[in-house]
Amino acid sequence: MAHSGPKTPHPDTLAVHAGQSPDPATGARAVPIYQTASFVFPDTDTAAALFNMETPGHVYSRLSNPTVAVFEERMAALEGGAGAIATASGQAALHLAIVTLMGQGGHLVASSSLYGGSHNLLAYTMPRFGITTTFVPSRDPKAWRAAVRPETRLLFGETVGNPSVDVLDLPTIAALAREHRIPFLVDATVTTPALGRSLDEGADLVMHSATKYLSGHGIVIGGVLIDGGRFDWVGSGKFPTLTEPYEGFHGMVFAEESTATAFLLRARREGLRDFGACMAPMTAFHILQGLETLPLRMARHVENAAKVAAFLASQPAVERVHHPDLASHPEHALARRLYPRGCSAILSFELKGARDAGRRFIEALTLFSHLANIGDAKSLVIHPATTTHFRMDDAALAAAGITSGTVRLSIGLEHPDDLLEDLARGLRAAMK
Amino acid sequence: MKMTQFIVQGYPAYAYTGGRPFDPGLPTVVFVHGAAFDHSVWQWQSRYLAHHGRSVLAVDLPAHGRSPGALRESIEQWAEWLAAFIDAAGLAKPALVGHSMGSLIVLATALADPRRISRLALVGTAAPMPVNDAFIEAARDDPAAGLRMEAVWGHARNVQLASSAVPGSSLLDATGRLNQRAKSGALLAALKACSAYSAPLEKVRALELPVLVVAGKRDQMTQFKAGKGLAAEIPGAKFAALDAGHSMMSEAPRELLRVLREFLL
Repeated sequence: MAHSGPKTPHPDTLAVHAGQSPDPATGARAVPIYQTASFVFPDTDTAAALFNMETPGHVYSRLSNPTVAVFEERMAALEGGAGAIATASGQAALHLAIVTLMGQGGHLVASSSLYGGSHNLLAYTMPRFGITTTFVPSRDPKAWRAAVRPETRLLFGETVGNPSVDVLDLPTIAALAREHRIPFLVDATVTTPALGRSLDEGADLVMHSATKYLSGHGIVIGGVLIDGGRFDWVGSGKFPTLTEPYEGFHGMVFAEESTATAFLLRARREGLRDFGACMAPMTAFHILQGLETLPLRMARHVENAAKVAAFLASQPAVERVHHPDLASHPEHALARRLYPRGCSAILSFELKGARDAGRRFIEALTLFSHLANIGDAKSLVIHPATTTHFRMDDAALAAAGITSGTVRLSIGLEHPDDLLEDLARGLRAAMK
Repeated sequence: MKMTQFIVQGYPAYAYTGGRPFDPGLPTVVFVHGAAFDHSVWQWQSRYLAHHGRSVLAVDLPAHGRSPGALRESIEQWAEWLAAFIDAAGLAKPALVGHSMGSLIVLATALADPRRISRLALVGTAAPMPVNDAFIEAARDDPAAGLRMEAVWGHARNVQLASSAVPGSSLLDATGRLNQRAKSGALLAALKACSAYSAPLEKVRALELPVLVVAGKRDQMTQFKAGKGLAAEIPGAKFAALDAGHSMMSEAPRELLRVLREFLL
């Protein structure tokens, strides 16, 4: 006999309310901006207890802040995670995850079709600190498997690659991670929990650049890291940062202190404390305004993107369109399964005539903004090979699915007819 | 710091010591968790007491957390295990603190031999503690649904729509993940044991121990009035009402610590 169980709020409700009670001091309904560095201790005993983690609460805004906590708790609720940590940027969230799990000698296996900034961190910067990455084609499970080594401590990929718009097979990679008793970190920036929850598909950790759809209006830089709370750190035996005494906190064993949230404890008590890439309260406030409308906006984003993809696919000036809604996309069926409400408002396409055609196309657009970002209410365009991914050599570009003719679009919330008209103008210019 | 464990009824029994080494020379507080949980539910109460003049042993019951062994079928059997644990740890008159099923275990332990116990705190309690049929059936037939009920009813209604007392934590999902780690059958065994337990009323009314009963005003699992009613049956028992659901340890960690501190220190 099936039991439906007790009801919990729907995602649309969580997006508006999760993690927030009306302000106990003033009754304010909107989330107050606690623009303060520190918090007064009521007495010396409480002060000592807060420092020693004997009681929960706020001490210093690098570690936690009431406004930021609302954002963290709302994201944890939306993703179905045990908790979250907000960071100064998406890059900071990725860095925090890595350094919480491993030190010198650590190794990651990552999709080769990553955001250029993530690729920089993994390919060029982390090796200076003794942490290396093997990049594998996101679509090739055998390559993922072959790249796992005894010292591998994390698998990492994006739900939807950028700009190649490849859809990561989350359940397959998650199964590989489970088999090797290592966690699977997913960057869900492009999909957001409004389109799909990566933890439900087997991910252990989820991160976002909150700069993009979560905020939604291109006004702040922020990130967030969510822990599903399922990974068995003790059983894995590969994560001494969580299972052995930490001298930096009186010999605390994080997995003993908190069975389900050991990762978050260490990430906050060491990562935020020492690396300091915390989120500012004002930033959290701005992102929270965006989050309230996330489900509504994402529905419109993907609806518009589907129309743009279909339009571009029908244009003679266009060589190829990469978007999961198109039947020609390699992961069309997977995308439908993992993201039934729509998969991506990012798409890319190849213009006939390559680089010069791309220049004429971009410069002829009037509604699309030419800039380095995605996930804005406004539609955006960029030429990845010369901007976001310019540090990649030809081989890395090819592995990331980028050619010199690739144009990336981030489809906004404008009326679709206006977007198609602007794109038609660009295509006419490209054909000249 | 070395993990603390004792051999109890033939199996290792793990206990969290609150971040300080176990000192048998200090007055000891033993914390007992509820159905499908482990020691970590007491994170925000045990660590404080361990740093304020008490030794703390927050146990993982057998087949929970880090303690191996078999699930027990009745509260009396769990209580026998707890009495054996007290012996194994060499504790002279410890204070016992239990939550939910753990509250019945510590109550039954005290009723079996009150002379062994110094104080008793019952958190989120009811005696009797009837469990509705749908919950037991779900735990038996559809464990995932049963665990979901445990997590959702284990908190105040719509707990996700409020600020967490633990910054950055989603209490409902954090609890759910802890429940999901429990050994298969742990929830069903616990629910059946709780439902079947009948505290001998004459012994309850004759209990000569300092007793504290803590009830959540928004408890969906053990009703507030049931906790209040139990407190009324125990001579001289103190009663504390917190603005929280069943998981007072994380829903109202500071408030629960305050009443425990006043009672235990």
